[in-house]
Amino acid sequence: MTNSHRRLAFDLTVWAVSLCAGIVLIAHEAMADGHRYRADNARWKAECGSCHLAYPPQLLPAPAWRSIMAGLDKHFGTDASLDPAAAAEIGTFLQNNAGSSRRVGAQSLRITETAWFRHEHDEVPGAAWQRPSIKSAANCAACHRTAEEGDFRERNIRIPR
Amino acid sequence: MRSIGLALGLLAVVPAFAGTPNGILEGYRAAGAATVSAPRGEQLFTSRHGSDWSCSSCHTGNPLARGRHATTGKDIAPLAPAANAERFTDPARVEKWFRRNCNDVLGRACSVQEKADVLAYLMSLR
Ligand code: HEC
Ligand code: HEC
Ligand code: HEC
Repeated sequence: MTNSHRRLAFDLTVWAVSLCAGIVLIAHEAMADGHRYRADNARWKAECGSCHLAYPPQLLPAPAWRSIMAGLDKHFGTDASLDPAAAAEIGTFLQNNAGSSRRVGAQSLRITETAWFRHEHDEVPGAAWQRPSIKSAANCAACHRTAEEGDFRERNIRIPR
Repeated sequence: MRSIGLALGLLAVVPAFAGTPNGILEGYRAAGAATVSAPRGEQLFTSRHGSDWSCSSCHTGNPLARGRHATTGKDIAPLAPAANAERFTDPARVEKWFRRNCNDVLGRACSVQEKADVLAYLMSLR
C-alpha cells in the first residue's frame, strides 16, 4: 500500500464511522423526540395551564379534545368555562395538533386512563400515585420535572417521596 | 368634535383606573355594593357553602401565602394584592375566576355585593 492509498483507506473509514454515528444520533433524537412535545399557543398555555399542566395536545385524539372543549363548564368536577373567542382559538389549536386515535385512543376523556398511559407507567409502583406530594396521576409535573416545557423524556423523571 | 374627544378621553381613563384593586372595588360600588364589609368577605372566603370546597381549599386560609389546587396539586400564586401585584389588575380575568370559583364553591354566581366584600377582605390583608 502506498502512503496515498493508506490515506484514502483511513479517510473512507473515518467517513463510514461518522456516517453510522450520524445515523444513530439522528435515530436517537427522533426517538427521544417522541416524548418531547413542541406545539405551542399562548392562549392555550395560559388558559389550560392555570389549574394543571397544559397537557400536550398530542396526548389525546381530536374527538376527545372536541368533547372536552364542549363541556368546559362541567370539567372533571370543576367549572373551567371560557369566553367563546378563547374557546374557538384553543379548540382549533388542539384539533390541529391532536394525536392519532391509533396511538393515544381514549375510551374516557382522561389521558391517564388511556392504554398508552398505563403502558408507559406500568413500572410506577401503585402506591406512588396516592402520595401527598403527587396527589393525582394527572399531576404530570410532580415526576416529569420538565413537563412545563413539553419534555417527558426519561432522563428528566424523578418520583418524589 | 370636542365631545367625541372627551368621550375618547374617558374611555382611555376608565380601563386604566379599572385595572387596579381599588378601581375594581369602585366598579362594584357603582354597580350597587353600597356598604362593603371585609369581615363579611372573610366569612364567605373561609366557609363552606354546601360543596366540598371553600375558597380557602385552594387559596389557603391565608391568601398572602401561596395556594395549591385541591385536586390537581398545582401551585397557585398568592391572591391578596399586597402579596401579588398582578392580582385584581385585569377586570376580565377577575370576572372569569369569580364566575368559575363561585360556581364551584357556592353552586351559583357571586353577587356584586359578595365580590365587593371578598375583594375588600383581600385588600385588607397586609
Ligand atoms: C378551573 C380549573 C381548570 C381549568 C381552567 C382547566 N382544567 Fe382541565 N382539569 C381540571 C381538573 C380539576 C381536572 C381533574 C384533575 C385530576 O383528576 O387530577 C382536569 C383534568 C383535565 C384532563 C384529564 C387529565 C387526566 O386525568 O388525564 C384534561 C385532558 C384536561 N383537564 C384538559 C383541559 C383543557 C384542554 C383545558 C383548557 C381548555 C383545561 N383542562 C382547563 C381543572 C381545570
Ligand atoms: C408518579 C410519577 C409520574 C406521574 C405523576 C406521571 N408520570 Fe409519566 N412516567 C413516570 C415514570 C417513572 C416513567 C418511566 C417509566 C419507565 O419507563 O419505567 C414515565 C414515563 C412517561 C412517558 C414516556 C417517557 C419515555 O421517555 O419513555 C411519557 C410520555 C409520560 N410518562 C407522560 C406522562 C404524562 C402526560 C403524565 C400526566 C398526565 C405523567 N406522565 C404522569 C412517572 C410519572
Ligand atoms: C378548586 C380550586 C379553587 C377554589 C376552590 C377557588 N379558587 Fe380562586 N383560583 C383558582 C385558580 C387555579 C386560579 C387561577 C390561577 C392563578 O391565577 O394563579 C384562581 C384565581 C382566582 C381569582 C383571580 C384573581 C386575579 O386577579 O388573578 C379570584 C378573584 C379568585 N380565584 C377568587 C376565588 C374565590 C372568591 C373563591 C371562593 C368562592 C375561590 N377563588 C375558590 C382556584 C380556586
